[in-house]
Amino acid sequence: MLKIQSLNLDVSNGTDEVSILKNINIELEDNKFYALTGPNGGGKTSLARAIMGIYKATGGKIYLDDVDITDFTITERAKAGISYAFQNPPRFKGLKVKDLLKISSSGEEDTAYARLRAVGLCPQDYLDRECDASLSGGEIKRIELATVLSRPSRIVIYDEPEAGVDLWSFEKLLSLIKKYHLRGGITSIVITHHEKVISLADEIILMAEGEIKERGPREEMWDALKGDFKCRWQQNCGGDEDAVECYR
Amino acid sequence: MPLNAIDKELLKTIADLHNIPSGAFNIRKDGQGVDRRSSAHIQVIPKTDRPGINIFVSPGTKNEAVHIPVLITLSGIVDVVYNTIEIGEGADVTVVAGCGIHNPGSKKAQHDGIHEIIVRKGARMKYVEKHYGEGDGTGERVLNPKTILVMEMDSVVEMELTQIKGVDSTVRDTKAKLAERASLTIIERLMTHGHQEAVSDMLIELEGENCSAKVISRSVAKDDSKQVFRPVMLAKASAKGHVECDSIIMNRARISSSPAISAEHPDAQLTHEAAIGKIAEEQLMKLETLGLSEKEAEDVILRGFLQ
Repeated sequence: MLKIQSLNLDVSNGTDEVSILKNINIELEDNKFYALTGPNGGGKTSLARAIMGIYKATGGKIYLDDVDITDFTITERAKAGISYAFQNPPRFKGLKVKDLLKISSSGEEDTAYARLRAVGLCPQDYLDRECDASLSGGEIKRIELATVLSRPSRIVIYDEPEAGVDLWSFEKLLSLIKKYHLRGGITSIVITHHEKVISLADEIILMAEGEIKERGPREEMWDALKGDFKCRWQQNCGGDEDAVECYR
Repeated sequence: MPLNAIDKELLKTIADLHNIPSGAFNIRKDGQGVDRRSSAHIQVIPKTDRPGINIFVSPGTKNEAVHIPVLITLSGIVDVVYNTIEIGEGADVTVVAGCGIHNPGSKKAQHDGIHEIIVRKGARMKYVEKHYGEGDGTGERVLNPKTILVMEMDSVVEMELTQIKGVDSTVRDTKAKLAERASLTIIERLMTHGHQEAVSDMLIELEGENCSAKVISRSVAKDDSKQVFRPVMLAKASAKGHVECDSIIMNRARISSSPAISAEHPDAQLTHEAAIGKIAEEQLMKLETLGLSEKEAEDVILRGFLQ
Protein backbone atom coordinates (compact mmCIF):
# COMPACT_ATOMS: atom_id res chain seq x y z
CA MET A 1 0.00 0.00 0.00
CA LEU A 2 1.13 3.53 -0.79
CA LYS A 3 0.16 5.97 1.93
CA ILE A 4 0.52 9.71 1.62
CA GLN A 5 0.09 11.86 4.69
CA SER A 6 -0.24 15.65 4.84
CA LEU A 7 1.90 16.08 1.74
CA ASN A 8 2.75 19.63 0.74
CA LEU A 9 4.81 20.96 -2.12
CA ASP A 10 5.70 24.63 -2.26
CA VAL A 11 7.80 26.22 -4.97
CA SER A 12 9.14 29.69 -5.40
CA ASN A 13 8.10 31.68 -8.44
CA GLY A 14 10.87 34.17 -7.86
CA THR A 15 9.03 36.43 -5.48
CA ASP A 16 6.51 34.27 -3.61
CA GLU A 17 6.10 30.72 -2.39
CA VAL A 18 3.35 28.98 -4.32
CA SER A 19 1.61 25.89 -2.99
CA ILE A 20 1.48 23.23 -5.68
CA LEU A 21 0.26 20.41 -3.45
CA LYS A 22 -1.82 21.19 -0.40
CA ASN A 23 -2.23 18.72 2.42
CA ILE A 24 -2.59 15.58 0.30
CA ASN A 25 -3.84 12.59 2.28
CA ILE A 26 -4.52 9.39 0.41
CA GLU A 27 -4.07 5.64 0.63
CA LEU A 28 -3.64 3.67 -2.57
CA GLU A 29 -4.35 -0.02 -2.21
CA ASP A 30 -2.43 -2.88 -3.75
CA ASN A 31 -3.63 -4.24 -7.09
CA LYS A 32 -5.96 -1.34 -7.75
CA PHE A 33 -6.15 0.70 -10.93
CA TYR A 34 -6.55 4.42 -10.25
CA ALA A 35 -7.40 7.19 -12.69
CA LEU A 36 -5.99 10.50 -11.49
CA THR A 37 -7.79 13.24 -13.31
CA GLY A 38 -8.73 16.88 -13.14
CA PRO A 39 -8.04 20.18 -14.85
CA ASN A 40 -4.63 21.27 -16.10
CA GLY A 41 -2.49 22.77 -13.37
CA GLY A 42 -4.43 20.91 -10.70
CA GLY A 43 -1.35 19.12 -9.30
CA LYS A 44 -1.63 15.65 -10.83
CA THR A 45 1.85 15.52 -12.33
CA SER A 46 3.32 17.21 -9.26
CA LEU A 47 1.81 14.54 -7.04
CA ALA A 48 3.14 11.79 -9.32
CA ARG A 49 6.60 13.36 -9.29
CA ALA A 50 6.48 13.76 -5.52
CA ILE A 51 5.69 10.04 -5.21
CA MET A 52 8.61 9.20 -7.54
CA GLY A 53 10.92 11.56 -5.63
CA ILE A 54 11.51 13.85 -8.59
CA TYR A 55 9.96 16.68 -6.59
CA LYS A 56 10.98 16.88 -2.97
CA ALA A 57 7.93 17.43 -0.78
CA THR A 58 8.17 20.42 1.55
CA GLY A 59 6.04 18.67 4.18
CA GLY A 60 4.33 15.39 4.92
CA LYS A 61 5.18 11.74 4.61
CA ILE A 62 5.05 8.98 2.02
CA TYR A 63 4.96 5.33 3.08
CA LEU A 64 5.31 2.26 0.91
CA ASP A 65 4.13 -0.81 2.82
CA ASP A 66 4.64 1.08 6.08
CA VAL A 67 8.22 1.97 5.16
CA ASP A 68 8.79 5.71 5.30
CA ILE A 69 10.22 6.57 1.87
CA THR A 70 9.87 10.33 2.23
CA ASP A 71 13.63 10.83 2.26
CA PHE A 72 14.38 8.17 -0.36
CA THR A 73 16.10 9.36 -3.53
CA ILE A 74 14.57 8.71 -6.95
CA THR A 75 16.91 5.74 -7.35
CA GLU A 76 15.94 4.25 -3.99
CA ARG A 77 12.26 4.62 -4.80
CA ALA A 78 12.82 2.99 -8.19
CA LYS A 79 14.58 0.10 -6.50
CA ALA A 80 11.70 -0.14 -4.03
CA GLY A 81 9.42 -0.79 -6.99
CA ILE A 82 8.02 2.59 -8.00
CA SER A 83 7.98 3.35 -11.72
CA TYR A 84 7.02 6.50 -13.55
CA ALA A 85 6.28 6.93 -17.25
CA PHE A 86 7.01 10.54 -18.14
CA GLN A 87 4.41 12.62 -19.92
CA ASN A 88 7.12 14.12 -22.11
CA PRO A 89 9.99 11.65 -21.99
CA PRO A 90 13.42 13.23 -22.41
CA ARG A 91 15.45 12.50 -25.49
CA PHE A 92 19.07 11.36 -25.37
CA LYS A 93 21.62 12.12 -28.04
CA GLY A 94 23.68 9.04 -28.73
CA LEU A 95 21.81 6.74 -26.39
CA LYS A 96 20.14 3.96 -28.33
CA VAL A 97 16.77 2.37 -27.70
CA LYS A 98 18.53 -0.88 -26.80
CA ASP A 99 20.68 0.96 -24.23
CA LEU A 100 17.61 2.31 -22.46
CA LEU A 101 15.87 -1.06 -22.54
CA LYS A 102 18.96 -2.78 -21.18
CA ILE A 103 19.01 -0.41 -18.22
CA SER A 104 15.29 -0.68 -17.56
CA SER A 105 15.24 -4.45 -17.72
CA SER A 106 18.47 -4.88 -15.71
CA GLY A 107 19.96 -6.82 -18.59
CA GLU A 108 16.88 -9.03 -19.17
CA GLU A 109 16.92 -8.12 -22.83
CA ASP A 110 14.37 -10.70 -23.98
CA THR A 111 11.80 -9.13 -21.65
CA ALA A 112 12.66 -5.66 -22.88
CA TYR A 113 12.42 -6.64 -26.54
CA ALA A 114 9.07 -8.31 -25.90
CA ARG A 115 7.86 -5.06 -24.33
CA LEU A 116 9.07 -3.11 -27.34
CA ARG A 117 7.08 -5.43 -29.58
CA ALA A 118 4.10 -5.07 -27.29
CA VAL A 119 4.07 -1.29 -27.68
CA GLY A 120 3.98 -1.79 -31.43
CA LEU A 121 7.63 -1.18 -32.30
CA CYS A 122 9.62 -3.81 -34.15
CA PRO A 123 12.93 -4.44 -32.30
CA GLN A 124 14.73 -4.94 -35.59
CA ASP A 125 13.79 -1.43 -36.68
CA TYR A 126 14.21 0.38 -33.39
CA LEU A 127 16.90 -1.17 -31.19
CA ASP A 128 19.74 0.71 -32.89
CA ARG A 129 17.84 3.97 -33.26
CA GLU A 130 19.03 6.86 -31.11
CA CYS A 131 16.51 8.19 -28.59
CA ASP A 132 16.92 11.67 -30.03
CA ALA A 133 14.90 14.11 -32.07
CA SER A 134 14.81 11.69 -35.00
CA LEU A 135 12.06 9.79 -33.18
CA SER A 136 8.54 11.15 -33.32
CA GLY A 137 6.64 12.10 -30.17
CA GLY A 138 4.53 8.98 -30.47
CA GLU A 139 7.56 6.73 -30.92
CA ILE A 140 9.41 8.15 -27.93
CA LYS A 141 6.25 7.78 -25.86
CA ARG A 142 5.96 4.11 -26.75
CA ILE A 143 9.61 3.52 -25.96
CA GLU A 144 8.99 5.21 -22.61
CA LEU A 145 6.18 2.79 -21.95
CA ALA A 146 8.37 -0.16 -22.97
CA THR A 147 11.08 0.89 -20.50
CA VAL A 148 8.59 1.19 -17.67
CA LEU A 149 6.88 -2.12 -18.46
CA SER A 150 10.28 -3.85 -18.57
CA ARG A 151 10.85 -3.09 -14.90
CA PRO A 152 9.73 -5.17 -11.97
CA SER A 153 7.34 -2.71 -10.32
CA ARG A 154 4.94 -2.48 -7.42
CA ILE A 155 3.57 0.96 -8.18
CA VAL A 156 3.39 2.22 -11.76
CA ILE A 157 2.46 5.81 -12.51
CA TYR A 158 1.62 6.68 -16.11
CA ASP A 159 1.57 10.40 -16.82
CA GLU A 160 -0.94 11.01 -19.59
CA PRO A 161 -0.13 7.94 -21.69
CA GLU A 162 -2.57 9.20 -24.32
CA ALA A 163 -0.63 12.40 -25.01
CA GLY A 164 1.08 12.38 -28.40
CA VAL A 165 -0.11 8.90 -29.33
CA ASP A 166 -2.36 8.35 -32.33
CA LEU A 167 -5.87 7.08 -31.71
CA TRP A 168 -5.22 3.70 -33.33
CA SER A 169 -2.15 2.98 -31.21
CA PHE A 170 -3.71 4.40 -28.08
CA GLU A 171 -6.28 1.60 -27.84
CA LYS A 172 -3.47 -0.98 -28.01
CA LEU A 173 -1.32 0.81 -25.45
CA LEU A 174 -4.24 1.10 -23.11
CA SER A 175 -4.98 -2.56 -23.37
CA LEU A 176 -1.30 -3.26 -22.71
CA ILE A 177 -1.35 -1.11 -19.56
CA LYS A 178 -4.43 -2.95 -18.36
CA LYS A 179 -2.92 -6.34 -19.21
CA TYR A 180 0.26 -5.47 -17.32
CA HIS A 181 -1.86 -4.39 -14.36
CA LEU A 182 -3.84 -7.61 -14.37
CA ARG A 183 -0.68 -9.69 -13.97
CA GLY A 184 -1.15 -8.82 -10.33
CA GLY A 185 0.91 -7.28 -7.60
CA ILE A 186 0.82 -3.88 -9.22
CA THR A 187 -0.89 -0.66 -8.27
CA SER A 188 -1.49 1.42 -11.38
CA ILE A 189 -2.02 5.16 -11.28
CA VAL A 190 -2.86 6.74 -14.60
CA ILE A 191 -2.94 10.50 -14.94
CA THR A 192 -5.41 11.11 -17.69
CA HIS A 193 -8.00 13.31 -19.33
CA HIS A 194 -9.30 10.48 -21.44
CA GLU A 195 -12.64 8.89 -20.81
CA LYS A 196 -11.47 5.51 -22.10
CA VAL A 197 -8.69 5.37 -19.54
CA ILE A 198 -11.02 6.44 -16.77
CA SER A 199 -13.48 3.74 -17.78
CA LEU A 200 -10.86 1.10 -16.92
CA ALA A 201 -10.18 2.38 -13.42
CA ASP A 202 -11.31 0.85 -10.18
CA GLU A 203 -11.23 4.26 -8.57
CA ILE A 204 -11.18 7.84 -9.75
CA ILE A 205 -9.26 10.55 -7.97
CA LEU A 206 -10.14 14.10 -8.90
CA MET A 207 -7.49 16.76 -8.30
CA ALA A 208 -7.79 20.50 -8.70
CA GLU A 209 -5.99 23.49 -7.23
CA GLY A 210 -3.37 21.24 -5.67
CA GLU A 211 -5.89 19.30 -3.65
CA ILE A 212 -7.68 16.01 -3.89
CA LYS A 213 -11.24 17.18 -4.35
CA GLU A 214 -12.91 13.83 -4.52
CA ARG A 215 -12.21 10.14 -4.83
CA GLY A 216 -14.29 7.05 -5.06
CA PRO A 217 -15.24 3.96 -7.04
CA ARG A 218 -15.55 4.62 -10.74
CA GLU A 219 -19.21 3.63 -10.86
CA GLU A 220 -20.09 6.22 -8.24
CA MET A 221 -18.07 9.09 -9.66
CA TRP A 222 -18.57 8.45 -13.34
CA ASP A 223 -21.70 10.49 -14.10
CA ALA A 224 -20.72 13.39 -11.92
CA LEU A 225 -17.32 13.51 -13.53
CA LYS A 226 -18.70 13.42 -17.06
CA GLY A 227 -20.96 16.33 -16.16
CA ASP A 228 -17.96 18.19 -14.78
CA PHE A 229 -15.98 17.59 -17.99
CA LYS A 230 -18.81 18.78 -20.11
CA CYS A 231 -19.31 21.88 -18.04
CA ARG A 232 -15.62 22.78 -18.14
CA TRP A 233 -15.27 22.18 -21.83
CA GLN A 234 -18.35 24.10 -22.67
CA GLN A 235 -16.81 26.99 -20.77
CA ASN A 236 -13.45 26.64 -22.49
CA CYS A 237 -14.83 25.98 -25.95
CA GLY A 238 -17.60 28.54 -25.86
CA GLY A 239 -20.38 26.02 -25.65
CA ASP A 240 -19.22 24.05 -28.68
CA GLU A 241 -20.83 20.62 -28.34
CA ASP A 242 -18.54 19.16 -31.02
CA ALA A 243 -15.52 20.08 -28.96
CA VAL A 244 -17.04 18.30 -25.99
CA GLU A 245 -17.60 15.18 -28.06
CA CYS A 246 -14.16 15.46 -29.56
CA TYR A 247 -12.67 15.67 -26.12
CA ARG A 248 -14.28 12.36 -25.30
CA MET B 1 60.35 -5.88 -30.92
CA PRO B 2 57.74 -7.79 -28.90
CA LEU B 3 54.81 -5.85 -27.47
CA ASN B 4 54.57 -5.64 -23.70
CA ALA B 5 51.42 -5.49 -21.59
CA ILE B 6 51.24 -1.69 -21.70
CA ASP B 7 51.61 -1.68 -25.49
CA LYS B 8 48.86 -4.25 -25.86
CA GLU B 9 46.53 -2.32 -23.59
CA LEU B 10 47.14 0.87 -25.56
CA LEU B 11 46.59 -0.95 -28.85
CA LYS B 12 43.33 -2.35 -27.57
CA THR B 13 42.15 1.09 -26.52
CA ILE B 14 43.09 3.05 -29.60
CA ALA B 15 42.71 0.48 -32.35
CA ASP B 16 40.61 -2.35 -30.91
CA LEU B 17 43.62 -4.58 -31.50
CA HIS B 18 44.44 -7.41 -29.15
CA ASN B 19 47.65 -8.27 -30.91
CA ILE B 20 49.45 -7.78 -34.21
CA PRO B 21 46.70 -7.28 -36.80
CA SER B 22 46.21 -9.43 -39.82
CA GLY B 23 46.59 -7.60 -43.13
CA ALA B 24 48.63 -4.47 -43.71
CA PHE B 25 49.85 -2.52 -40.72
CA ASN B 26 52.55 -0.33 -39.27
CA ILE B 27 53.10 -0.04 -35.53
CA ARG B 28 55.24 2.84 -34.36
CA LYS B 29 56.50 3.01 -30.80
CA ASP B 30 58.53 5.71 -29.07
CA GLY B 31 59.63 7.29 -32.33
CA GLN B 32 60.57 4.10 -34.16
CA GLY B 33 58.85 1.54 -36.34
CA VAL B 34 58.21 -1.64 -34.35
CA ASP B 35 56.73 -3.82 -37.00
CA ARG B 36 55.30 -3.42 -40.47
CA ARG B 37 53.60 -5.55 -43.05
CA SER B 38 52.21 -4.96 -46.53
CA SER B 39 49.44 -7.01 -48.06
CA ALA B 40 48.85 -7.96 -51.69
CA HIS B 41 46.85 -4.78 -52.26
CA ILE B 42 48.15 -2.40 -49.62
CA GLN B 43 51.81 -1.34 -49.64
CA VAL B 44 53.29 0.12 -46.45
CA ILE B 45 56.66 1.70 -47.23
CA PRO B 46 58.87 3.79 -44.92
CA LYS B 47 59.72 7.30 -46.05
CA THR B 48 63.37 7.90 -46.76
CA ASP B 49 63.49 11.68 -46.32
CA ARG B 50 61.71 12.02 -42.95
CA PRO B 51 60.02 9.88 -40.32
CA GLY B 52 56.83 8.25 -41.47
CA ILE B 53 55.35 5.91 -44.02
CA ASN B 54 53.73 5.91 -47.43
CA ILE B 55 50.67 3.75 -47.84
CA PHE B 56 49.43 2.85 -51.30
CA VAL B 57 46.10 1.11 -51.62
CA SER B 58 45.76 -0.45 -55.07
CA PRO B 59 42.80 0.60 -57.21
CA GLY B 60 39.78 -1.62 -56.71
CA THR B 61 40.89 -3.01 -53.33
CA LYS B 62 37.78 -3.95 -51.40
CA ASN B 63 37.01 -4.65 -47.75
CA GLU B 64 40.56 -4.42 -46.47
CA ALA B 65 41.93 -2.47 -43.55
CA VAL B 66 45.29 -0.98 -42.70
CA HIS B 67 46.24 -0.27 -39.08
CA ILE B 68 48.82 2.41 -38.33
CA PRO B 69 48.75 2.97 -34.56
CA VAL B 70 51.37 4.97 -32.69
CA LEU B 71 52.42 4.23 -29.12
CA ILE B 72 54.39 6.48 -26.81
CA THR B 73 55.48 4.83 -23.58
CA LEU B 74 58.47 6.94 -22.55
CA SER B 75 58.61 10.32 -20.89
CA GLY B 76 60.45 13.15 -22.64
CA ILE B 77 59.71 12.04 -26.20
CA VAL B 78 58.54 14.35 -28.99
CA ASP B 79 57.64 12.16 -31.93
CA VAL B 80 56.80 13.85 -35.22
CA VAL B 81 55.66 11.60 -38.02
CA TYR B 82 54.60 12.26 -41.62
CA ASN B 83 52.33 9.71 -43.23
CA THR B 84 51.06 9.81 -46.78
CA ILE B 85 48.10 7.65 -47.70
CA GLU B 86 46.81 7.14 -51.21
CA ILE B 87 43.57 5.26 -51.75
CA GLY B 88 43.44 4.02 -55.33
CA GLU B 89 40.49 4.48 -57.68
CA GLY B 90 37.42 2.50 -56.78
CA ALA B 91 38.94 1.04 -53.61
CA ASP B 92 36.91 0.61 -50.43
CA VAL B 93 39.08 0.38 -47.31
CA THR B 94 39.33 1.24 -43.64
CA VAL B 95 42.29 3.06 -42.16
CA VAL B 96 42.70 2.72 -38.42
CA ALA B 97 45.11 5.28 -37.04
CA GLY B 98 45.32 6.59 -33.49
CA CYS B 99 47.82 7.23 -30.77
CA GLY B 100 48.09 6.10 -27.20
CA ILE B 101 50.46 7.71 -24.72
CA HIS B 102 51.52 6.06 -21.49
CA ASN B 103 53.65 8.66 -19.78
CA PRO B 104 55.37 7.20 -16.71
CA GLY B 105 57.62 10.20 -15.96
CA SER B 106 57.70 13.90 -15.27
CA LYS B 107 58.63 15.06 -18.76
CA LYS B 108 56.31 15.78 -21.62
CA ALA B 109 55.42 13.01 -24.06
CA GLN B 110 54.23 14.34 -27.40
CA HIS B 111 53.13 12.96 -30.72
CA ASP B 112 52.51 15.14 -33.76
CA GLY B 113 51.03 13.08 -36.57
CA ILE B 114 50.78 14.74 -39.97
CA HIS B 115 48.65 12.76 -42.36
CA GLU B 116 48.25 13.61 -46.03
CA ILE B 117 45.50 11.54 -47.56
CA ILE B 118 44.41 11.44 -51.15
CA VAL B 119 41.30 9.50 -52.03
CA ARG B 120 41.15 8.82 -55.74
CA LYS B 121 38.16 8.88 -58.05
CA GLY B 122 35.26 6.75 -56.86
CA ALA B 123 37.14 5.38 -53.83
CA ARG B 124 35.70 5.02 -50.35
CA MET B 125 37.61 5.29 -47.11
CA LYS B 126 36.61 4.95 -43.51
CA TYR B 127 39.19 6.61 -41.31
CA VAL B 128 39.18 5.91 -37.58
CA GLU B 129 41.50 7.82 -35.28
CA LYS B 130 41.42 7.48 -31.51
CA HIS B 131 43.59 9.34 -29.05
CA TYR B 132 44.19 8.31 -25.49
CA GLY B 133 46.52 9.18 -22.64
CA GLU B 134 47.40 7.46 -19.38
CA GLY B 135 50.30 6.84 -17.02
CA ASP B 136 51.22 7.62 -13.45
CA GLY B 137 53.76 10.28 -14.31
CA THR B 138 53.20 14.01 -13.95
CA GLY B 139 54.54 14.71 -17.43
CA GLU B 140 52.13 16.17 -19.97
CA ARG B 141 50.58 13.97 -22.66
CA VAL B 142 50.31 15.96 -25.85
CA LEU B 143 48.79 14.95 -29.17
CA ASN B 144 48.67 17.23 -32.19
CA PRO B 145 47.13 15.54 -35.23
CA LYS B 146 47.13 17.29 -38.57
CA THR B 147 45.14 15.79 -41.41
CA ILE B 148 45.14 17.06 -44.98
CA LEU B 149 42.54 15.28 -47.07
CA VAL B 150 42.10 15.56 -50.82
CA MET B 151 39.03 13.90 -52.25
CA GLU B 152 38.70 13.31 -55.96
CA MET B 153 35.40 13.14 -57.79
CA ASP B 154 32.80 10.63 -56.56
CA SER B 155 34.90 9.63 -53.58
CA VAL B 156 33.34 9.00 -50.17
CA VAL B 157 35.09 9.46 -46.84
CA GLU B 158 33.85 8.92 -43.32
CA MET B 159 36.18 10.06 -40.55
CA GLU B 160 35.74 9.24 -36.89
CA LEU B 161 38.07 11.34 -34.77
CA THR B 162 37.90 10.51 -31.09
CA GLN B 163 39.79 11.74 -28.06
CA ILE B 164 38.86 9.25 -25.38
CA LYS B 165 40.54 10.78 -22.34
CA GLY B 166 43.85 11.49 -20.67
CA VAL B 167 45.23 13.92 -23.25
CA ASP B 168 46.49 17.07 -21.54
CA SER B 169 46.79 19.18 -24.62
CA THR B 170 45.73 18.77 -28.20
CA VAL B 171 45.61 20.99 -31.24
CA ARG B 172 43.73 19.23 -33.99
CA ASP B 173 44.00 20.61 -37.49
CA THR B 174 41.87 19.06 -40.20
CA LYS B 175 41.71 20.30 -43.78
CA ALA B 176 39.75 18.79 -46.64
CA LYS B 177 39.13 19.63 -50.30
CA LEU B 178 36.30 17.97 -52.14
CA ALA B 179 35.92 17.55 -55.91
CA GLU B 180 32.74 16.87 -57.88
CA ARG B 181 30.17 14.70 -56.11
CA ALA B 182 32.59 13.79 -53.34
CA SER B 183 30.98 13.16 -49.97
CA LEU B 184 32.64 13.67 -46.60
CA THR B 185 31.36 12.97 -43.10
CA ILE B 186 33.46 13.89 -40.08
CA ILE B 187 32.35 12.78 -36.64
CA GLU B 188 34.50 14.26 -33.91
CA ARG B 189 34.16 13.17 -30.29
CA LEU B 190 36.20 14.72 -27.60
CA MET B 191 36.38 14.57 -23.84
CA THR B 192 38.57 16.70 -21.61
CA HIS B 193 38.94 16.70 -17.86
CA GLY B 194 41.26 18.08 -15.19
CA HIS B 195 43.14 21.04 -16.63
CA GLN B 196 43.28 19.67 -20.18
CA GLU B 197 43.00 21.88 -23.21
CA ALA B 198 41.75 20.99 -26.66
CA VAL B 199 41.59 23.04 -29.83
CA SER B 200 40.01 21.74 -33.00
CA ASP B 201 40.34 23.68 -36.23
CA MET B 202 38.77 22.48 -39.44
CA LEU B 203 38.60 23.89 -42.92
CA ILE B 204 36.40 21.99 -45.35
CA GLU B 205 36.49 23.37 -48.89
CA LEU B 206 33.67 22.28 -51.16
CA GLU B 207 35.22 22.85 -54.57
CA GLY B 208 33.38 20.48 -56.89
CA GLU B 209 29.82 20.64 -58.17
CA ASN B 210 27.35 18.63 -56.07
CA CYS B 211 29.85 17.60 -53.45
CA SER B 212 28.70 17.51 -49.83
CA ALA B 213 30.16 17.50 -46.34
CA LYS B 214 28.82 17.06 -42.86
CA VAL B 215 30.76 17.76 -39.68
CA ILE B 216 29.33 16.57 -36.39
CA SER B 217 31.31 17.46 -33.32
CA ARG B 218 30.30 16.25 -29.88
CA SER B 219 32.29 17.02 -26.80
CA VAL B 220 32.25 16.85 -23.03
CA ALA B 221 34.31 19.25 -20.94
CA LYS B 222 34.68 18.40 -17.26
CA ASP B 223 36.49 19.93 -14.29
CA ASP B 224 38.67 22.90 -15.28
CA SER B 225 39.28 21.88 -18.86
CA LYS B 226 39.00 24.12 -21.91
CA GLN B 227 37.82 23.40 -25.43
CA VAL B 228 37.81 25.51 -28.56
CA PHE B 229 36.07 24.48 -31.78
CA ARG B 230 36.49 26.40 -35.01
CA PRO B 231 35.11 24.35 -37.91
CA VAL B 232 34.77 26.30 -41.15
CA MET B 233 32.84 25.11 -44.20
CA LEU B 234 33.59 26.97 -47.40
CA ALA B 235 31.54 26.33 -50.53
CA LYS B 236 33.09 27.36 -53.83
CA ALA B 237 30.57 25.47 -55.95
CA SER B 238 26.99 24.29 -55.96
CA ALA B 239 27.44 22.08 -52.92
CA LYS B 240 25.86 21.20 -49.60
CA GLY B 241 27.44 21.44 -46.19
CA HIS B 242 26.39 21.18 -42.58
CA VAL B 243 28.36 21.82 -39.40
CA GLU B 244 27.07 20.85 -36.00
CA CYS B 245 28.85 21.37 -32.68
CA ASP B 246 27.22 20.03 -29.57
CA SER B 247 28.91 20.18 -26.18
CA ILE B 248 28.13 19.21 -22.62
CA ILE B 249 29.78 21.48 -20.10
CA MET B 250 30.39 20.46 -16.48
CA ASN B 251 31.97 21.84 -13.35
CA ARG B 252 34.20 24.83 -14.11
CA ALA B 253 35.02 23.94 -17.71
CA ARG B 254 35.04 26.44 -20.55
CA ILE B 255 33.99 25.84 -24.14
CA SER B 256 34.10 28.10 -27.14
CA SER B 257 32.33 26.86 -30.24
CA SER B 258 32.32 28.89 -33.43
CA PRO B 259 31.18 26.94 -36.47
CA ALA B 260 31.38 29.08 -39.57
CA ILE B 261 29.97 28.75 -43.06
CA SER B 262 31.03 30.70 -46.06
CA ALA B 263 29.69 30.55 -49.63
CA GLU B 264 31.25 31.73 -52.85
CA HIS B 265 28.60 30.27 -55.13
CA PRO B 266 24.93 31.23 -55.43
CA ASP B 267 23.74 27.60 -55.36
CA ALA B 268 25.65 26.64 -52.25
CA GLN B 269 23.54 25.36 -49.35
CA LEU B 270 25.25 25.58 -46.00
CA THR B 271 23.89 25.27 -42.49
CA HIS B 272 25.43 25.26 -39.06
CA GLU B 273 24.36 24.90 -35.47
CA ALA B 274 26.07 24.91 -32.12
CA ALA B 275 24.90 24.13 -28.62
CA ILE B 276 26.62 24.14 -25.24
CA GLY B 277 24.79 23.06 -22.13
CA LYS B 278 24.86 20.94 -19.05
CA ILE B 279 23.23 17.52 -18.82
CA ALA B 280 19.48 18.02 -18.75
CA GLU B 281 17.95 17.32 -15.34
CA GLU B 282 15.11 15.40 -16.97
CA GLN B 283 17.60 13.02 -18.57
CA LEU B 284 19.25 12.30 -15.23
CA MET B 285 15.91 11.85 -13.52
CA LYS B 286 14.60 9.53 -16.21
CA LEU B 287 17.56 7.18 -15.77
CA GLU B 288 17.27 7.41 -12.00
CA THR B 289 13.64 6.30 -12.26
CA LEU B 290 15.02 3.21 -13.96
CA GLY B 291 17.17 2.48 -10.92
CA LEU B 292 20.51 4.11 -11.78
CA SER B 293 22.28 6.32 -9.26
CA GLU B 294 22.92 9.92 -10.27
CA LYS B 295 26.56 9.12 -11.03
CA GLU B 296 25.64 6.04 -13.07
CA ALA B 297 23.03 8.07 -14.97
CA GLU B 298 25.59 10.78 -15.71
CA ASP B 299 28.09 8.21 -16.99
CA VAL B 300 25.48 6.59 -19.23
CA ILE B 301 24.47 9.95 -20.69
CA LEU B 302 28.06 11.01 -21.36
CA ARG B 303 29.01 7.63 -22.81
CA GLY B 304 26.00 7.71 -25.10
CA PHE B 305 26.66 11.30 -26.13
CA LEU B 306 30.21 10.45 -27.15
CA GLN B 307 29.29 7.03 -28.53
